[in-house]
Amino acid sequence: MTDMPIKDAPQKVVEQSRLRVFLDSDVFYMFKKSPVAVISTIIFASLVLSALFAPLIAPTNPFDPASLNLMNGFTGPMTPNAFTGESFFLGTDDQGRDVFSTILYGMRVSLFVGVAAVLLAMVIGITLGLISGYVGGWTETIIMRTADVQLTFPSILVAMLIFGVAKGITPVEYRDQMAIWVLILAIGLSDWVQFARVVRGATMVEKRKEYVEAARLIGRTPYAIMLRHILPNVLSPVLVIATISLALAIIAEATLSFLGVGAPATQPSLGTLIRIGQGFLFSGEWWILLFPAVTLLTLALSVNLLGDWLRDALNPRLR
Amino acid sequence: MSLISVKSLTRVFDVSKPWLNRVIERRPKALLTAVSEVDFEVAERSTYALVGESGSGKSTIGRMLVGLLKPTSGNVEINGVDLASESDAAKIDLIRSDIQMIFQDPFASLNPRWRVRDIIVEPVVARGGDATGLAEKLLEQVGLSALDAGKFPHEFSGGQRQRICIARALSSEPKLIVCDEPTSALDVSVQAQVLNLMSDLKDNFGLTYVLISHDLTVVQHMADRIGVLYLGRLVEEASPEDLFADTKHPYTKMLLEAAPRMDGFGREAELPEGEIPDPINPPSGCAFHPRCPIARDICKAERPVMRPLGNTRVACHLAE
Amino acid sequence: MSEPVLSIRGLSVEIPSRTGTVKPVDGVSYDIRAGEILGVVGESGAGKSMAGNAVIGLLTPPAHIAAGEIWLNGTRIDALQGEDMRRLRGKKIGMVFQDPLTSLNPLLSIGDQLSETMLTHLDISRNEARKRSIAALEEVGIPGAAERIDSYPHEFSGGMRQRVVIALALCAEPSLIIADEPTTALDVSVQAQIIALLKRLCRERGTAVMLITHDMGVIAEAADRVAVMYAGRLAELGNVRDVLTAPRHPYTQGLMASTPLASQGKARLHQIEGAMPRLNKVPEGCPFHPRCTFAQDKCRAAPSPQITDGAAACWFPIAAEKVS
Repeated sequence: MTDMPIKDAPQKVVEQSRLRVFLDSDVFYMFKKSPVAVISTIIFASLVLSALFAPLIAPTNPFDPASLNLMNGFTGPMTPNAFTGESFFLGTDDQGRDVFSTILYGMRVSLFVGVAAVLLAMVIGITLGLISGYVGGWTETIIMRTADVQLTFPSILVAMLIFGVAKGITPVEYRDQMAIWVLILAIGLSDWVQFARVVRGATMVEKRKEYVEAARLIGRTPYAIMLRHILPNVLSPVLVIATISLALAIIAEATLSFLGVGAPATQPSLGTLIRIGQGFLFSGEWWILLFPAVTLLTLALSVNLLGDWLRDALNPRLR
Repeated sequence: MSLISVKSLTRVFDVSKPWLNRVIERRPKALLTAVSEVDFEVAERSTYALVGESGSGKSTIGRMLVGLLKPTSGNVEINGVDLASESDAAKIDLIRSDIQMIFQDPFASLNPRWRVRDIIVEPVVARGGDATGLAEKLLEQVGLSALDAGKFPHEFSGGQRQRICIARALSSEPKLIVCDEPTSALDVSVQAQVLNLMSDLKDNFGLTYVLISHDLTVVQHMADRIGVLYLGRLVEEASPEDLFADTKHPYTKMLLEAAPRMDGFGREAELPEGEIPDPINPPSGCAFHPRCPIARDICKAERPVMRPLGNTRVACHLAE
Repeated sequence: MSEPVLSIRGLSVEIPSRTGTVKPVDGVSYDIRAGEILGVVGESGAGKSMAGNAVIGLLTPPAHIAAGEIWLNGTRIDALQGEDMRRLRGKKIGMVFQDPLTSLNPLLSIGDQLSETMLTHLDISRNEARKRSIAALEEVGIPGAAERIDSYPHEFSGGMRQRVVIALALCAEPSLIIADEPTTALDVSVQAQIIALLKRLCRERGTAVMLITHDMGVIAEAADRVAVMYAGRLAELGNVRDVLTAPRHPYTQGLMASTPLASQGKARLHQIEGAMPRLNKVPEGCPFHPRCTFAQDKCRAAPSPQITDGAAACWFPIAAEKVS
């Protein structure tokens, strides 16, 4: 209360860095105050880190045939194997692969597909949303009606359709290699609509603001205005959608893989692991299914909670 | 020598419902004539004020002056160049850097994600010019500190933001600045600071202002010549002295009578008749006739043209 | 002298926030008598609306009344909660906001909204309520009230909507009307009509009116007394003619001088340097001292005096020296 800034007094040159601005912001303050946000961030971050450093953390490389011992098959969690005496943290599957390691490697695939698919959806959605919101007219009508039509189909159906078509046109010998990329394409293409809609709405609000008029006035091109002026101001709702989409994309990937149209058995994702595991459920080897499923659940839930919190924090009107 | 010359400027907006709704509901197109056949000239290094209530078309004229909107008919010439019809890109670019605008809402007119320095020099940088140290120099000229260049807009109050807007407007060294309600979002004490600053800058830089405002006191203080608008039409144009002392048009009289006065303790103003009519279906003849205390038959039938009356120009059949 | 309708004593409103508690209203006292219009004037952030909201119990949490008393017709109302406050709000206090659209329900005809309010607060029949609604609309100057009573808010122009809002505020026959910037969104010609209407209703019905505005011209024409606020505190309170023609607080004087006037021509406007402090940076002592040309050591050290009617919250009031 005492330090009244006096106009002529020399002030220190404080050029606030963007990081400083963020750390001082209300959003970061609210983050610190929200246990849900902090806990889900910690969980999500540790999952991502363990997936990233899987080769360092995992006790074995489950996809190196040399390191596998079939004798270790169906070892229960934390119990020594009857034949070899080896013990595994989360048990092993039918081929003696360490479940803990397969989960770490599976999470890599799941996260990679999820993030890449969301990025693809973001690029398509933001581009189309910016254009339709800023240009308007027939361009907008065509883009947004296409989006409406796509929304009438469940996105998993759209993804399966794209997956099927892509699989049909790739040569057989490349199918396994291409599977991951096709998966990304399928999920990404089925998910752009949300981004486009949100960005279009925000763009229509921003383009009427006077700072955009000021830029038009000096003859800046529509391209420069969209990219330099409007885009930075429509990113906060995009961030919210991206987070929630990431959870959905991870689940979509798991669903596709579970249905057998996703990640191949040579590069299993969490969904593939669950598909494999459910075959052993009734013969009593529950751990092969349970641990990948719990990991998937934790991963999706932490991202989703984070997304929900972000939406509340960045958009006070929705509360 | 006049810097701006506006000839029978007209702007029509299509405010119809979408095509399908129109067909189903069997409605005709709805056209709103926001500006109708407005003529005026602005002398170099003067301040021309456009004053009017909502729907008078004053902001639409401002946007046409700077080239944000194209006229439906008529034209705006600045230094003899018509932005809407000129095809020589070099000429357009030259004129563009001569024209700047200051907006009403100081909170919406600065990009919240840009640093003040980048905001101020954008008009120069966009043309590929060198802007080293320019923002700092301009900030000091508008009464802020050079150290403010690295800050973001949210760190400033409304009055300070308006100063930043003025600095941005000055950066391309313009001849003309169109000021659209520059102080109506500001408090009285801050308004005085901004108006004084605008007067100083006008003298220092040899600027020409077109000042758009609904506030008669501001207009009277700042303008060399005032154009009064009603429903998209120019109804009276005079110097402030003539306009306030020897008012010709009945609408201007009504406006002056209705405006609250600082010394009007317990004053019972003569109340204006009615409200501003719907601009989609304006009254026939003189647009003001339904509210005019002296209207005659001719006012309903015939639209009055602008005619000189002493040093005033007025569009009224009966003014004398 | 008659008992005041509204009496505020040492009212303070606090908002706790992460960087500390701010006081948008700090120790404000004033009275409004029946048939009197009190103009509350100040720049944005002066706390003028916040004080009005505190009276009617519309403070948005976490803002709350931290100290002081509010008396309405001899009843203390600042501690009323929930249902009691709601009843009082409609019955005894009418509210007119800046934007008429926010105070009208777009889905109900104005007749329904008026009758509904009357039925809630007055013991009358539905038929009677409708008759009174038409009378209320006529009173606020809506032409063809009987035909237009079943229209919806969007069918009225801005000025007419504000008249409807005033009719709505009046229909339970309140003893106090709080009008918060009632004409700011309106054109000059319509503003004059609405101000005249408020003045007439106040005079004819003996309603007390709190007119909150930033426009000194409106205050001069409409108000009987004026309270000038600065940084949450009362700067000056008194008869409108006295305060505006011979301001005693340097802030009021600066405010008057900075308004462009017909008489001064093209001369430079007087300016008060700087701006109103942000609420979390209100300086110690007199909150105006950093901008005051007369400030002395005492102004920096001691908070400005709490004031009563006809005085200025200033250690060295201007006119007082001239008079003595």
